[in-house]
Amino acid sequence: MLRRVRRSPDGTFAVRLGVAERELVRSIPGELRALLLEPEDEDDPALRRLFPPASRDDEELNAEFERLVRDDLLASRLESLDTLERTLDAERLTEDELVAWLAALNDVRLVLGTRLDVTEETTARDFAGEEPRTRVFAAYLFLTLLEEQVVEALSSD
Amino acid sequence: MGAYPVRMSTTAPVEVDRPASDDVVEPDIPWVVIVWNDPVNLMSYVVYVFQKLFGYSREKATKLMLDVHHRGKAVVASGAKETCEFDVARLHAHGLWATMQKDR
Repeated sequence: MLRRVRRSPDGTFAVRLGVAERELVRSIPGELRALLLEPEDEDDPALRRLFPPASRDDEELNAEFERLVRDDLLASRLESLDTLERTLDAERLTEDELVAWLAALNDVRLVLGTRLDVTEETTARDFAGEEPRTRVFAAYLFLTLLEEQVVEALSSD
Repeated sequence: MGAYPVRMSTTAPVEVDRPASDDVVEPDIPWVVIVWNDPVNLMSYVVYVFQKLFGYSREKATKLMLDVHHRGKAVVASGAKETCEFDVARLHAHGLWATMQKDR
């Protein structure tokens, strides 16, 4: 399989993406910023997935937690998107930059996975003939493959 | 403990006043941080996050990830409430589905 992300001896990472693949990655910052900064629905399950409650039954704790960390969580997500946007066309990334890519990739997969209601058994067949879900699931699968390779590269020596 | 100097008496045991707060302070119940299984986060990513956030060995991180995957959840950290809030926030920043609760 084509290795898209590889650690170099100098500690940086070589990134090789096809044109269509890079276009897909290019769409991530805009999509996520729209959801994070101008959500159409505050109860959007995808948004709730990015900012889950800290407790299953303690509403007081949840309110305190949200007050303490929500802004920082949002800021850290936006910072990763800024880094991704700044390095979209780079063929070489520092470790910090690749970690920002990883955060953005994982966030967008959480959003798409929630929208598509994926389970561990979901396959492309589940969306056959259901545009645009077929296309969204294909994007999800590619982003999954890319994230897998990013994790592998970051975990390698 | 150790707030009062211990005196050896040759006559009668020394009466030591207990701090009044002993009667009202509840035992300190530790909190635990739980990570729940979800269908999106990759197994390799979850191992990477456990190692990065908690400094666990690859073996320990892998065992915890497999517990999450097969049992639906796993306790990944424990401690004071504030520590657990910090850990839950860091897990949420990495997209993991984490909650905290008193360990009872």
